[in-house]
Amino acid sequence: MAKRIEASNVTAYYGAFKAIENINLTVEPKTVTALIGPSGCGKSTFLRSINRMHEVLPGARVEGSLTIDEQDIYHRDVDVTAVRRTIGMVFQRPNPFPTMSIFENVVAGLKLNGVRRKSILEEAAEKALRSANLWDEVKDRLGKPGAGLSGGQQQRLCIARTIAVEPQVVLMDEPCSALDPISTLAIEDLMFQLKDKFTIIIVTHNMQQAARVSDRTAFFSIEKTGDPGRLIEYDNTQKIFSNPSVKKTEDYITGRFG
Amino acid sequence: MGETPHRSADAGTGGTRVTESHEWPAGASARVAEAPVSTRTPGGTGLGGGGALPRSRKFGAERAFRGLTLAAGTAVLVIIAAIAVFLVAKATPALRANTENFWTFEGWFPNDAEPKFGIGALAFGTVLTAALALLVAVPIALGIALYLSHYAPRRLGTTLGFLIDLLAAVPSVVFGLWGREVFLKPVQDLSVWLNKYFSWIPLFGGDGPFGKSILLGSLVLAIMVLPIITSLSREVFLQTPTANEEAALALGATQWETIRTAVLPYGRPGIIAAVMLGLGRALGETIALAMTLGITFGISFNLIENGGNSIAANIANTFGEANETGRGALIASGLVLFAITLIVNITARVIIYRRREFTESAA
Amino acid sequence: MSTTVTSHRPRPPAEPTSLRARRLPAYTAPAVAVAALALAAAIVYGAGIGGPVLVVVLGAVLYLAGLFAAANAVEGRRSARNRTWSALIHSAFVLAVLPLASVVWTLFSKGAERLDVNFFQTSMNNIGARDPEGGAYHAIVGTLEQVGIATLITVPLGILCAIYIVEYGRGRFAFAIRFFVDVMTGIPSIVTGLFVLAFWVLIVSPWFNDGRPGFSGFAAALALAVLMLPTIVRSTEEMLRLVPAPLREGAYALGVPKWKTILRVVLPTALPGIVTGVMLAIARAAGETAPVLLVAGGGAAINTNPFENNQSSLALFVYQQAGDASRYAPARAWTAALTLVTLVLILTIAAKLLARRNRLSR
Repeated sequence: MAKRIEASNVTAYYGAFKAIENINLTVEPKTVTALIGPSGCGKSTFLRSINRMHEVLPGARVEGSLTIDEQDIYHRDVDVTAVRRTIGMVFQRPNPFPTMSIFENVVAGLKLNGVRRKSILEEAAEKALRSANLWDEVKDRLGKPGAGLSGGQQQRLCIARTIAVEPQVVLMDEPCSALDPISTLAIEDLMFQLKDKFTIIIVTHNMQQAARVSDRTAFFSIEKTGDPGRLIEYDNTQKIFSNPSVKKTEDYITGRFG
Repeated sequence: MGETPHRSADAGTGGTRVTESHEWPAGASARVAEAPVSTRTPGGTGLGGGGALPRSRKFGAERAFRGLTLAAGTAVLVIIAAIAVFLVAKATPALRANTENFWTFEGWFPNDAEPKFGIGALAFGTVLTAALALLVAVPIALGIALYLSHYAPRRLGTTLGFLIDLLAAVPSVVFGLWGREVFLKPVQDLSVWLNKYFSWIPLFGGDGPFGKSILLGSLVLAIMVLPIITSLSREVFLQTPTANEEAALALGATQWETIRTAVLPYGRPGIIAAVMLGLGRALGETIALAMTLGITFGISFNLIENGGNSIAANIANTFGEANETGRGALIASGLVLFAITLIVNITARVIIYRRREFTESAA
Repeated sequence: MSTTVTSHRPRPPAEPTSLRARRLPAYTAPAVAVAALALAAAIVYGAGIGGPVLVVVLGAVLYLAGLFAAANAVEGRRSARNRTWSALIHSAFVLAVLPLASVVWTLFSKGAERLDVNFFQTSMNNIGARDPEGGAYHAIVGTLEQVGIATLITVPLGILCAIYIVEYGRGRFAFAIRFFVDVMTGIPSIVTGLFVLAFWVLIVSPWFNDGRPGFSGFAAALALAVLMLPTIVRSTEEMLRLVPAPLREGAYALGVPKWKTILRVVLPTALPGIVTGVMLAIARAAGETAPVLLVAGGGAAINTNPFENNQSSLALFVYQQAGDASRYAPARAWTAALTLVTLVLILTIAAKLLARRNRLSR
């Protein structure tokens, strides 16, 4: 269920502005990889270019090569919707569909894929909600609006919605930045469980979080505002946080800049 | 410190409750508008000074202003009531004088010595033209709104959206003039063609002459309400949270599926409001229809033969020659139009309020 | 090879084995279009049932069907749906642009004919059916006076009403006012005309008019005021609600009384938005024909006194000229229409530009 992602010389633009330049890194299957770095260093841009959400913005484009198990994500013949089904995404702010119930939210992706049978949908919804550690909290009110849940529950609902379509990679763009510490803890626990099945890439501003949840960490940075973001160092999380090989990484980790 | 509980209860809303409180009979506020406006009680404590807290004033600017706004608010209710009362007052004598059944008689001769007039055909024409117009306009308007908000390049969408907003402001008399001078010919051709090949459908039957027909009237109405519905629904579509659209896209939805799952459900109350506004306009439209309908007094589903009429168009067309009873009859017909639009409006409001409660409780 | 969407097993999603999908080549859409048009032309001219317009219409229908079939066969149902809806949405746009563009084009081309100084300096007084002259001065005067008076009545009333709803109103009564303001938005203009006819022209004004019904510009202004009121209340209400609460609380915390806070802090903050709403309401009122037709009485001569005798308005002038048998009348109607539209659009554009600079609204 999990796949390897390889980026080589990935450069992404917003119109004329170059947001990231020449990113090279490989993400192993069934690991959690954290992308850290100061604001505006392009880690979210890189994350969004992995499932081609970057190009949704007008004028945005990506150069270089990104592959998933050796298949080029940006190949001309590739179906974008298939890419996004294979590489799911959880956003910074919980974004359940406001007009749908909890159940409808979880199965939204399946319905798009043409699954209509109620029994299948129910089974899949329960499975996804259980995986997202949300089942016990919502099983009695599946018909209630998804937007009525607390922030942390909404974010887990969004995770359930993402994993219900059984992707192979899950991208998380600062999934805990809008949440309180307890909800954050719940989501971090969840990531531990999910990595048995999925390759997870997470962008985070919180270095403790990166240290707690990830196996590998990539440190992005920019020279100054207006410059493209670059990958400074990419290594095992333990190495990055205890003995980084680049001075800049050490400065950032120890809080000397950023 | 006996007053403390009061003060703290009032603290949140500032001055209001302080002056609003106790001692005063509730009914007094409406007339207080004329009360002298004094800003500060003479001999009151200085700014932030110590000593006892000042008691709330009985007369004061606060009360006066509040009364003034209350009076303005009440004016709305008074106007609505007055509209109903005066229309009824003027319509009743004419309805009494009517020698035919007001609901079923097909004809409009209120100025005769024996006044005969009936609303049936007019009400039928009003509803038919408005319904046809919406049938044509709504799908197209939603299509354009989606095009402008989600398909067109950003800059083009904004520019065209602005132009559509401007078209929504063009007075209906201009559309009427255009319909009568320019659009009549193509519609006539279309009518002849429809009649030639589809005369077996009663809608397109008849032997002519064709042209100033229900078809022309409703198409002009459709073109007229199109910018209004487009402009409102475009705004609604643009308000869809990007987060929701991205959520759908990230699940692997195509562009159309994104619209189906995120954009349309989110905008539904807004769309209903827009359509209802369009319907209201279409039902009440006077001049554009007065200039394009054939003005007859029968109930017929034939869309292409000269004919068709509506309550509002009839008022505009026959007002000039109306005598006392004639005016009363027209006012009576206006009352029916008022009732129809009121029903449509209240239904729409109820739908929207109910929906809003759902989304608000959800948010 | 396809990214297959439909699962064959009764399990949820099929695992996409490959990201690649068979896609229609780029030339498919134009090719289908050409084929559809050709087929449509063959059918229409072969059977002799119509002209080029029918070919285009039939061609469009065939194009949609063909595109759906092709996409369905090669790319699958979801993509076919996506393509067809996209084509439909684009064609809705084209379909609507044609008549609207025609309206604008006719307005300018026909309106230019009588766009001369004379038109803006003379009235229709003593202009017979054979006279090519005549102008709309009296109508312009009427429009400006009627709309001006209506604005003077509605603006204070509407703003105060909105303040009541937002700042003071509580409970059922405020809700009723809100509700009826909403309902009022939907009252047809002809009904407000009838109301003023019944109330002012036929009942009240005869008291100081020797018992004769008093058609006048002021009566038209009253009718327009009833039309404008709900628009202004609603837009003001919306703007007042957008004023951030901390602003009010800041003033309250300084001990400023509520009414002063509203007048000195809340209203000025919301002012640009309120002005926008007022201007849009004025623009709409200026274009109204029906109420003016009923209560102002029309008239060919210049009458600058809105309180006495008949008055015309631009919109009414357009309507009357359009119905006039003179062969010079249509040109006058179009030029008046162009003048009216220009007036309305200047107001609308100014209002929109103001709204754009307003930080409170989105």
